[in-house]
Amino acid sequence: MAEPAHSDEPLLKTPLHAEHVALGARMVPFAGYDMPVQYPTGIMTEHNWTREHAGLFDVSHMGQAFLVTEDKSHETVAKALEAMIPADVANLKPNQQRYSQLLADDGGILDDLMVTRVGAPGHEGWLYLVVNASMKEQDYAHIQARLPKGVSLNRKDNLGLMALQGPSAEAVLAKLSPEAAALSFMMSADVQIDGIWCHVSRSGYTGEDGFEISCKGEDAAKLWRALLADPEVKAIGLGARDSLRLEAGLCLYGHDIDTTTSPIEAGLIWSIQKRRREEGGFPGAERVQREIKDGASRVRVGIKPEGRAPAREGSVITTPDGREVGIVTSGGFGPTVNGPVAMGYVVKDASVVGTDLHLIVRGKPLPAKVAAMPFAPHRYKR
Amino acid sequence: MTTRYTKDHEYIRVEGDAGIVGISDYAQGQLGDVVFVELPSVGKSLSKGDEAAVVESVKAASEVYAPVSGEVIEVNSELEASPGTVNEDAAGRGWFMKIRLTNESELEGLMTEEQYQEFVKSIS
Repeated sequence: MAEPAHSDEPLLKTPLHAEHVALGARMVPFAGYDMPVQYPTGIMTEHNWTREHAGLFDVSHMGQAFLVTEDKSHETVAKALEAMIPADVANLKPNQQRYSQLLADDGGILDDLMVTRVGAPGHEGWLYLVVNASMKEQDYAHIQARLPKGVSLNRKDNLGLMALQGPSAEAVLAKLSPEAAALSFMMSADVQIDGIWCHVSRSGYTGEDGFEISCKGEDAAKLWRALLADPEVKAIGLGARDSLRLEAGLCLYGHDIDTTTSPIEAGLIWSIQKRRREEGGFPGAERVQREIKDGASRVRVGIKPEGRAPAREGSVITTPDGREVGIVTSGGFGPTVNGPVAMGYVVKDASVVGTDLHLIVRGKPLPAKVAAMPFAPHRYKR
Repeated sequence: MTTRYTKDHEYIRVEGDAGIVGISDYAQGQLGDVVFVELPSVGKSLSKGDEAAVVESVKAASEVYAPVSGEVIEVNSELEASPGTVNEDAAGRGWFMKIRLTNESELEGLMTEEQYQEFVKSIS
């Protein structure tokens, strides 16, 4: 059997590193951090636990930062960010969160991110950003270089971030903070949990209902333990995080989206609000507007292999008669689906749900069909 | 009956001129939940080190290499329906294939049970 390659570079640690080690996690290098890929029960059990109870994920490796304007005007800071992303930032309500993408001038995706209009008193003109761990240095440099005078980027490398996901998440959090548990999807609040300041949003990356909770790094372990103390909650590693998000049809940056894919090709048009579609004014707007009007030449689709063999990232997609029509960008085994699932890009005429495809796995064609996503239904509390 | 191991964590349990090939208990633990096993066709001729099978966990696909040269004379087709058997009983019911050895001297280059356990200790 082939062993994965190891790098000798020193790895960063999240504020929860010692917790993972104490729980017996298998630690692996991820985006420059030493991260738990799984705990002793394994990915399948962790995945199923999250779908049936509540999973707790350490996502402190992600980049948290604030965009702040001197003039304390939401309009100013919104305008500054709207010059880089296609989402409507201006019409965000205080404490509202939105998913978007940093776009390159050609409409390619530099990273995807979460944007929240900070609602805490005295923070008018503040936006809270969460970017991918692997992209944060590039993102921060990109944003910094494009900010107008008076608007600054404050990176918060000392914060912790964890996600509580699954059908029991609400009941678990309600015991600690009824206010946070009462949030609706993509809304956030600043609350105290066990005397710890937390910024909680109702969001996540599993397709399940749940919360993402930011706190000071030095408080992270205490909060982590308080949440894990509930018998409904188990720690979940990056392995199950990946299988959960794949079943939920959610993109992973660097795999399903990157600088070669546009938000329209990626099926992310829902993240571009009406005013921005019409007005443009973001990098790559010309391409995005053209693809909205004429359709993209290739699109991201869900793919269901018909047998038991998973098709992994990089598998070539052909028609049953062998014409190459695309490539798999994420693929693996879906424990909830109880079978292999994948997503990838195919040319427009092969993108209709039900279209027969072949996936080339180890040189052999594997029958598959274009499938509707998500593979496991979203259970967000709107 | 002798069992020998490779550095890639395959085992071969030799009885007469044939050997049963699988992956070690350590290897199944490292892989995690096995969800699919691709086995070679019976009659296939393998050289030592050839890719003989593929084992897929939730996370990734890993190759299983032929520990010795030989001809595949039987495969464990039960793994198609229940690949998790590899996790439950890697050394027993979770075997992959039976090979008729063409060069028994190749066994001498492999590790004994004791040597393999030492090897596992040294890497974990």
